[in-house]
Amino acid sequence: MHRASSKYKNSAAFYDVDGTLIKINIVHAFAFYASRHASLTESARRTIQTALSIPVFWAADKLSRKWFNEIFYRSYEGQSEDRLVVLADELFEDVIKPNIYPRARALMEESKRAGVRQVLVSGALDFTMRPLANYLGADDLIANQLEFVDHYATGKLKKPFVAGATKADIMRAYAKQHDIDLAESWAYSDSFSDYAMLAVVGHPTACNPDFRLRSLARSYDWPVLWLDEEPSHSVARRPQGLARQIRRTH
Amino acid sequence: MRAIRPKLRSHAREHIVTIDTDSAPRLFFYGENLLMEDLPVGTRVIYPKRPMTPVANPKAAIRYALNQPEDSEPLHALLRPGMKVTIAVDDISMPLPIMRTPDVRQLVLEIVCEMLSDHGVDDVHIIIALGLHRRMHDWEIKRMVGPKVWDEYWPDRLYNHDGCDPDGMVLLGKTPHGELVEMNRRVAESDLTIYVNLNFVPMNGGHKSMAVGLCGYESLKAHHTPAGIVKSNSYMDPPKSFLSHSFKRQGDLIEKTLKVFHIETVLNNRAFDGPLSFLTKNEDDFTETDRLKYQAMKWTLDKLPFAARREIFMRTPAAYELIGCYAGACDPAHDRTLAKQNEQNCVEVDGPADILLFGIPYISPYNVNSKALNPLLVQVMALGYFYHMYRHQPILRDGGVLILTHPCSDKFDPVHHPSYIEFFNRILTETTDAYTIEKKYQDELAYNPSYIEMYRRGNAYHGAHPCFMWYWGQRGREKCSRVIVVGADNATVPQIMGWERAGSIAEAIAMARGTMGRSAQISMLHHPPYMICDVM
Repeated sequence: MHRASSKYKNSAAFYDVDGTLIKINIVHAFAFYASRHASLTESARRTIQTALSIPVFWAADKLSRKWFNEIFYRSYEGQSEDRLVVLADELFEDVIKPNIYPRARALMEESKRAGVRQVLVSGALDFTMRPLANYLGADDLIANQLEFVDHYATGKLKKPFVAGATKADIMRAYAKQHDIDLAESWAYSDSFSDYAMLAVVGHPTACNPDFRLRSLARSYDWPVLWLDEEPSHSVARRPQGLARQIRRTH
Repeated sequence: MRAIRPKLRSHAREHIVTIDTDSAPRLFFYGENLLMEDLPVGTRVIYPKRPMTPVANPKAAIRYALNQPEDSEPLHALLRPGMKVTIAVDDISMPLPIMRTPDVRQLVLEIVCEMLSDHGVDDVHIIIALGLHRRMHDWEIKRMVGPKVWDEYWPDRLYNHDGCDPDGMVLLGKTPHGELVEMNRRVAESDLTIYVNLNFVPMNGGHKSMAVGLCGYESLKAHHTPAGIVKSNSYMDPPKSFLSHSFKRQGDLIEKTLKVFHIETVLNNRAFDGPLSFLTKNEDDFTETDRLKYQAMKWTLDKLPFAARREIFMRTPAAYELIGCYAGACDPAHDRTLAKQNEQNCVEVDGPADILLFGIPYISPYNVNSKALNPLLVQVMALGYFYHMYRHQPILRDGGVLILTHPCSDKFDPVHHPSYIEFFNRILTETTDAYTIEKKYQDELAYNPSYIEMYRRGNAYHGAHPCFMWYWGQRGREKCSRVIVVGADNATVPQIMGWERAGSIAEAIAMARGTMGRSAQISMLHHPPYMICDVM
């Protein structure tokens, strides 16, 4: 009964991933790799090191996403490419898949039914995101790429970094390359740091937004989606007035 | 002084009062507040009828209707063990304000479910027939159906209809006029559907129940068009309503394809009682206590912030009572429903007005438990529902001036009305022409995946719903020469909707007289509770 509109054949939906479609972020992925080392001692050492680094990562992220990326991805230095790629499937099954928000897949299904191209735009590493992109049926994945020399990570990212305002530049380039009309496209993100990504499209949507993005969405009248809600329970709107009383009494 | 004034009524009928030199000022709803304004001498104030006496035993009346239905076998005779039955029930959009518990739908459901169980019918689903309205919150459903039905059926066998579910909808066919008829799959695959209707206005119930309550966007857009609304003179007068004719065509096809047993209930108009009963009284009959109550209420409302005012009104459910229950085949049961409803709500009025005044209250069918009555809903209340509250001929003559009281604040509920925000701020600022909107923007909003997701799994109205709301006011927009809003707290909202502003009723009437002349006939509709004017 629900018909795709031909209007959207040149449209795309760009999704931020961490916090938008899934509950976890890149630090979880790194912690997974740290805890899966061949040697037990090395696993323990890297796990403790990761845990101790969390305040530094947090502070760097608050100051600048660029600094955060530089500091964070340095932790991957020396890891072999094949190990990272092979463990990515396990990372998806064990860590990412159980943490996909209940309504994320449904949202993408609705979007696909409308005939919109699906693109994940993530600051995470491409090999960690690929199984998720396949699982969700995304048409394309734009993610950060780790630089490898002789199949070992240098701890640096290839440019351009997929973060902040650069996401918007990358989306513009993608749109040009694929003949996408950004005015008729969607972007979904949970974070104020993705303001540029949201502002560049005609249909920005805040998903599970942080406080600043929520305020921004209110100011600009952007729709707000709560993908973390179970559809059968209404948590976005608490009972008001009489209904609240009734809820208490029943 | 006014307490000892004799009652002056220049009209014989109780529900019509003509303002005299010493008449009391009249009470207007003003969103989540009230206004008391003097009206010019000669103004005709039209009040609703008094609430009719309710049936003494509602459960007995419901059982009687099920056992003595119109043009149908009794419900129990239609049941056989093992059959698949779906009960569809009207959503929270009616009555307004929400009624005290037990909701009349709860009474009907409890009786019907018990009867089904007694006859060995176990495969029973209850679907909230919301059409493209928002999904009801779980706590709203619980309140409406009552704890007994809730505990037994929620959530697997009691749920909201989903008009955008690609697997949950089927196409029943096309009417001779080419209107698509979609239907909820569970209903289409059931041996029997029982529709539980709460009939609040004459445009509801009858064939609309099945054709709209359980449909999808493709069938709704067949009749929710600006042209269809303009052709409905009025949509509260089913024989003269294009909408009703279209519902009937779709409904006839449904009734030919599916077995449906209709149950319709009619309520009286006791919207306010107890301490608030003065809101419905003729102001000339106010006692000192009424005046004190009004002043205390007004003082409190003036001092409170918006959210608290809204909370107060939402905490006050109406004391509606059952005055009729009819069941059986669609048309004969609905005819009896309409007759009873008209008996309660229709008031005779001599001739149309040149200038029509009314207050817009805090509530509409689409903002129950929402954070605000947004500007589009103010528009649909004014140029849609209240404008159309007539039969025979319009209560406001063509070319007349409409005056309404509402703050028209730029307030929207982002959970319930996300697509309204885009519609109002983007589309209406580009064009206010309903025909252009229908052609250019309606599908865009309807197929927007974010809005579909919010409708299907959130609690948002369908993406295209704001378009329908704008069309709903199309006849009023085309027929009124001017719309003047009194007390708007901003210039933008009235300007976007093409309305003029006035600071007081007196100023608005002076402006209206500029168009209609000094001798213009002025009428005020004393809503709520609503009444339908039989304009002779």
